[in-house]
Amino acid sequence: MTMAGPGGAGGARVQIEGVHKAFGLDGRSTPALIDVSLEVQAAELLCLLGPSGCGKSTLLNIVAGFIPPTRGRVRVDGAPIAGPGPERGVVFQEYALFPWLTVAQNVEFGPRLMGVPAARRREVVARYLDMVGLSEHATKFPVQLSGGMKQRVAIARALANNPSIVLMDEPFGALDAQTREVMQEELSRIQRVEHKTIVFVTHSIREAVYLADRIVVMTSSPGRVKDVFTIKLPEARDRFAAEFTRYESEITRVVKEEVAKVRE
Amino acid sequence: MIRAAALAGALTAWALVAYGGRALGLVNPVLMPTPGEVVEVAGTLARDGSLAQHLAVSSLRIAEGFGLAAAAALGLGLLVAVYTPARLMLEPVIEFVRPIPPLAFLPMFLVWFGLGETSKVAFIAYTTFFPMFIGIAAGLGRVDVMLLRAAASLGASRRELLRRVALPAALPSIVVALRLGFGLAIFVIVGAEFMGADAGLGNLIMEGRVFFNPAQIVMGALLLGLLGSLVNGLLQAAERRVLRWRALG
Ligand SMILES: Nc1ncnc2c1ncn2[C@@H]1O[C@H](COP(=O)(O)OP(=O)(O)OP(=O)(O)O)[C@@H](O)[C@H]1O
Ligand SMILES: [Mg+2]
Repeated sequence: MTMAGPGGAGGARVQIEGVHKAFGLDGRSTPALIDVSLEVQAAELLCLLGPSGCGKSTLLNIVAGFIPPTRGRVRVDGAPIAGPGPERGVVFQEYALFPWLTVAQNVEFGPRLMGVPAARRREVVARYLDMVGLSEHATKFPVQLSGGMKQRVAIARALANNPSIVLMDEPFGALDAQTREVMQEELSRIQRVEHKTIVFVTHSIREAVYLADRIVVMTSSPGRVKDVFTIKLPEARDRFAAEFTRYESEITRVVKEEVAKVRE
Repeated sequence: MIRAAALAGALTAWALVAYGGRALGLVNPVLMPTPGEVVEVAGTLARDGSLAQHLAVSSLRIAEGFGLAAAAALGLGLLVAVYTPARLMLEPVIEFVRPIPPLAFLPMFLVWFGLGETSKVAFIAYTTFFPMFIGIAAGLGRVDVMLLRAAASLGASRRELLRRVALPAALPSIVVALRLGFGLAIFVIVGAEFMGADAGLGNLIMEGRVFFNPAQIVMGALLLGLLGSLVNGLLQAAERRVLRWRALG
């Protein structure tokens, strides 16, 4: 794999240093992020947890290169980011599928830009549509899909482009409980084989404990890093193991503190 | 079906007013030509080949003027979409010129471009350009930023963003702008041909006025309407084809 950057295998691939973000003219409005510093290691799956509006999507947008931080810096493989790039795949909270393209064409979009030959593209599309269980819907347009189906297309589209870093914003949020677990298992299986570097935003603590190497809990808005948990569980995780449940309740307690603040 | 019925209804109403009004002495025959008289005029003009010629002359002027304007609107719309300085420079100029009723400028076009074809083509192009440009530029400017982000993070360059995201996303607005522009071309050709033209449907209508032949006026108007709906129908069919994905929802 071509995962490791200049830092070498196991080094930090994404370095977020003292990032502040405020929206509005001259960044004068209330801040969305305050002094966020994080490192995402190569082949690590890092989960971001935090109350709604705490700045998870904002942080992801900054790492993706869509918006600049107001202060601080973000480096990918040691280099400052200059806009979006195909090595950082993004799964959007709002899917952002191209409505004029079919499901298969959406998934094919990245490989086509990369100049992947047609025969190989067909293989890639077939593989990822199969992975997300949408092979039968390849020729449909996004308007014909349910929210959960769109979300799976968005996942397939991002992964089909083979990014070494994947930024996923509540990628399973619109899925029913069963599909969601299947997708979680699929992602953790991919991760064991392909060792991508993943930043994964979720509201589900169970999901985070199931998937993550580390979990970052953010404070309520304006978002800061509140706590970081390293999940020392075997690669193939058992949702009913005592250890699993212990992590779950510990993190639940920390997250609840923040959610309570929002509602005050 | 409904459309056909509505059309038949309108025709019947016309026939009723024209023939009935005449029979009852309510309508001055000179002021209200009957469908029969209009068809008769059309037949006469068709037989000596002049009808086809007028139609061809007008169609060519519309096609050229509209084609030029559409190309310019598309080109400048794209330029403005990708290059902010161009937008900042063009916007105030266009906002200044746009509200002037084009017909007010028609005499200037005759002065500048003479009585020949150029003045008519230029006038149609001038009139149809603004609404098309504004529609196209707005469509390109409204492209969902999430789609642009998605494509950029899949590796699209600026060029590819334009070609593979902005253009298809703005296609509905572009098609609407073109239809609008074409409707306007039909609208202003009459004015352009009223002044100093020796052929064309507008000229035919003017001739009808000068020689007091209401049937000829009505025929010219109906032909323009027919031409307009024909092309509009074609554009709508094209629209349905390229925008197939929207209809499925
Ligand atoms: N473009 C923007 N302009 C102004 N304010 C914004 C913008 N984007 C986000 N914000 C603000 O920044 C804060 C963080 O928003 P963000 O979308 O990052 O939250 P989030 O953690 O992803 O929430 P959720 O879990 O609901 O998706 C919010 O207070 C939001 O109102
Ligand atoms: Mg969000």
